Amino acid sequence: MMKNGKLLVAPALLWLSIFFVIPLLIVVAVSFAGRTPYGQVIFSFTIDNYLRFLEPLYLKIFADTLVVAIVTTLATILMGYPLAYTIAQLPKKWQQPGLILVMIPFWINFLIRSYAWVIILRSQGVVNTLLLNLGLIDQPLQMLYNDMAVMLGMVYALLPFMVLPIYVSIEQLDTRLLEAASDLGAKPLTAFRKVTLPLTMPGIAAGTILVFISSLGMFVVPDVMGGAKSALIGNLIQNQFLSARDWPFGSALSIVLAVLSLVLIILYYKALQAQEGGDGDAKDVA
Amino acid sequence: MKEMVRLQGITKKFGNNVIIPSLDLTIYDGEFITLLGPSGCGKTTLLRMIAGLETPTEGSIYLDDENVTALPPYKRDVNMVFQHYALFPHMTVEENIKFGLMMKKVPADEQKERVAQVLYLTQLEEFRNRRPQQMSGGQQQRVAIARALVNNPKVLLLDEPLGALDYQLRKNLQLELKNLQRGLGLTFIYVTHDQEEALTMSDRIVVMNKGVIEQDDNPDNIYHYPSTKFVAKFIGESNFFDTETETLALRPEKLNLCEEAESEDKAAAHPEPAFYGTVVDVVFYGTIDKVFVRLDNSNQTVVAYQYFDDVKRWTPDERVGIWWYERDEVKVQR
Repeated sequence: MMKNGKLLVAPALLWLSIFFVIPLLIVVAVSFAGRTPYGQVIFSFTIDNYLRFLEPLYLKIFADTLVVAIVTTLATILMGYPLAYTIAQLPKKWQQPGLILVMIPFWINFLIRSYAWVIILRSQGVVNTLLLNLGLIDQPLQMLYNDMAVMLGMVYALLPFMVLPIYVSIEQLDTRLLEAASDLGAKPLTAFRKVTLPLTMPGIAAGTILVFISSLGMFVVPDVMGGAKSALIGNLIQNQFLSARDWPFGSALSIVLAVLSLVLIILYYKALQAQEGGDGDAKDVA
Repeated sequence: MKEMVRLQGITKKFGNNVIIPSLDLTIYDGEFITLLGPSGCGKTTLLRMIAGLETPTEGSIYLDDENVTALPPYKRDVNMVFQHYALFPHMTVEENIKFGLMMKKVPADEQKERVAQVLYLTQLEEFRNRRPQQMSGGQQQRVAIARALVNNPKVLLLDEPLGALDYQLRKNLQLELKNLQRGLGLTFIYVTHDQEEALTMSDRIVVMNKGVIEQDDNPDNIYHYPSTKFVAKFIGESNFFDTETETLALRPEKLNLCEEAESEDKAAAHPEPAFYGTVVDVVFYGTIDKVFVRLDNSNQTVVAYQYFDDVKRWTPDERVGIWWYERDEVKVQR
């Protein structure tokens, strides 16, 4: 492919360098720049923007973001794995419809879907109205504008990113291995723990990476459903660019986030390689 | 002989599709029994029912006098060697083999001992730390056998275990498996569609067709005295001659060819030819010539094997007489 197809990758390389590499370099450059009081970027070399990130206020936002991301990831694993498993066990003709149901929300703009949650959860919303009319509660429950709401929105938004890779890894799992485990005396739960789970770990890891990194950068959900109280690093970055007009600080925050994501991805591949135990070498020995 | 497995009135249906109408079979302790038949004849389904991986629609399965029909695989004292080995890719050879012992909570030092034993038996000692995917097909096959054997099952079930290997390797492993079985005195139930494999390895062959047992006998009788036309056709080559009342099967090596016009003393030395015909083709097979003869007054073509020290070598368009000894005729059900 590389030998004969070099020209074929040229358009993609060109596209990526113009619209990805160059903008990224600009962000890196801006993150080391200063600014005038009115938000004009001045190109000089300073690491002040990065040092500012170490202020307690920002570290706390960062820590909050990490907690939300971790909880979101765990919740999507716990909910996504059984869902993916169930879809993968459906008869072949029902698996495709099952996956489409998981993906249908993508057909609607994410912002609109977030506001839909507001309509469902707010004080005069669908849930509260129903519960009030049924006489189950006396006054509306406060379900919006708190951490629970942010978490709910995140899990809702990112669940498909967990379900799809896990589904793929379960679907690829050779069911004869489970028969072999059962034949060798493993009860269903043991077979799941000893065979299914380790062999679908790559799917869980891929989903984890997708969900964790997406939730680190998420700003729509906390904005719409979290109210003013829950600011995450995504909102902070958004504010620096759109309201505070502090592009250098916003850039520095973006770079921190990007580097963190990169480190996580590298760790993921390292772990994957270790798990497969140097698969590539010495495949056909005899 | 002690009964090891007894299948009683086994019926298997998948929806409206009847795989096995009704089948009875008894397998004895220490036997190497082969279920032989074309694909779709129900032999693998039968094996999987003994393993517990399928449930019979009707009927009972007894293992060592215990009714195991309703028991799940993990509660049955049998082990299976799967067609494509089904080795755990995330475990080393040793971990694969140890799996069954761990499930049965065998004490650690006994585990070690038994694993070492089968590693030695299957000549896998140097591969104990390899992953299955780092090994050749033949080696993986050995791991699959070791993983099953280590549990000392009452019965070892083998589902076309050599099917994915090339011819030479298959030949060698056939002998190895047979020796292993003899040495351990274990009951082997072996599934294959390869008649040669069945003939070489088995104490007893059960020929199956469409879920029905066509013949159940030792390899010698299966080959020389096929009881149905299907068996005669499926195992080796056969020529069939229909008479008014019955069908005669004759192995090609039992057909003799002579010249149409022979001297009197030559003709007196063998039975009179039953048919005359014309040679249509001669195919060289190394140890034999396969001579195809079109019979006069019919569309039937028969095949006769000619060993080179027998007689002359025939060429197409020659006129021949075909004769055989009556003792070589086998009457088969149509």
